[in-house]
Amino acid sequence: MDNAVEDLIKKMARIPGLGPRSARRAALFLLQNRERLMVPLAREMNDVATRIRACADCGNLDTGDVCKICIDTRRDRSIICVVEDVGSLWAIERAAVFRGLYHVLGGTLSAIDGRGPNELHIDRLVKRTGHPEMAEVILALSATVDGQTTAHYIQERVAGLPVEVTRLAHGVPVGGELDYLDDGTLAQALKARGKLG
Amino acid sequence: MTRRAIRCGTWITMPEWQADALVLSTRPHGEGSAVVTVLTAEAGRHAGLVRGGSSSRMRGVLQPGNRVRASWRARLPEQLGQMQLELVQSIPALLLDDALRLAGLSSICALLDGSLPEREAQPELFVGTNALFDLISIEDSSNRWLEGYIRWELGLLDAAGFQLDLLRCAASGATDRLAYVSPRSGSAVAEGQAGEFASRMLALPAFLGGVACNRHDYDAGLSLTGHFLARRLFGAHNQDIPAQRRRLADMVTGIYGG
Repeated sequence: MDNAVEDLIKKMARIPGLGPRSARRAALFLLQNRERLMVPLAREMNDVATRIRACADCGNLDTGDVCKICIDTRRDRSIICVVEDVGSLWAIERAAVFRGLYHVLGGTLSAIDGRGPNELHIDRLVKRTGHPEMAEVILALSATVDGQTTAHYIQERVAGLPVEVTRLAHGVPVGGELDYLDDGTLAQALKARGKLG
Repeated sequence: MTRRAIRCGTWITMPEWQADALVLSTRPHGEGSAVVTVLTAEAGRHAGLVRGGSSSRMRGVLQPGNRVRASWRARLPEQLGQMQLELVQSIPALLLDDALRLAGLSSICALLDGSLPEREAQPELFVGTNALFDLISIEDSSNRWLEGYIRWELGLLDAAGFQLDLLRCAASGATDRLAYVSPRSGSAVAEGQAGEFASRMLALPAFLGGVACNRHDYDAGLSLTGHFLARRLFGAHNQDIPAQRRRLADMVTGIYGG
């Protein structure tokens, strides 16, 4: 096999979801569809790599210094939804149920991974939360030990500010049957039970 | 241990065990797996590879503090081996809303993970940690679990061979009016025996037999055990005390220290 193709396969095998075997298949498919797929894909990848950057306000990925969500005047600027990464932001945007602003932390506090408060964008969040317009901070972090430790830490950091700090509910998912839920989720669902109607 | 045949016709012993365990830590391994460290009574602190450990189904099972049923097997004893875990009880799920108790749980797991030798039986520590998990799971606005937590840290020091002598005064042998603990020897010192060194002594909380000190018992207790954990347990290996333990101490100082 040619060295250039081998290098391409090695690089593609580093993409999440692709192992060496599937990377080889994908590379072969691209080579067999050079004009139709490979060249336009390479062009777009190059274009995205040069143009996309992290938003200076929220950390979202966009072509401008400030992302489209942050400059959208129709969005509610009194609510910030704090998420771990851009993937979580995209998930909430896909659901189209939130019309406020976002803040991407860049992960959660994790001693094992050596991520302390200084490695996350918490200072920037505190600064944004201090804006007079701000009324609520929604902590949309994972229901894990690290995720909730981060949530409690942020709550401590913004404690003196005149904002309400809320978090996403933990419990039964839509379509979930109680019989198949783990004990932890059931316990959380029972704790967070609400009045019907 | 079970015996299994290999192809050439000879028999070898392949190590394996099944036990109740507590999850201490999880590290991602490759794309889909995780290296999980658990604490069991007989196998002690033990790591193993959990295939599919990064999947959304398994992520909840591998949270630190979970009670699980663990099965481990390897071809040779010195290998990392593969582990299968089944959730028995999710302790973190009961504590997610409570910052202090969650910090306590994280601290317990981090201390065990960072200080225990691998694969050495810890029957007493396992029982003690399970009891502490039961205690920490109980909602209690006065945070009395912290007393159990501090006693557990003394037990951890004891298990590592650093027992503190809090029953009699190192200077006079007296068993009453104990007020301090020597930061060097780890022995109790009676109220009038500290002399000019009183300001350098660690306060002995009332629930450990000390006369009332000018700090809250929980704050004083965590300072006491924290000193010896940092100096004897982690300092001996040139390691810092885990960040989770520092956070717990900071939170307790924030609540009770003022």
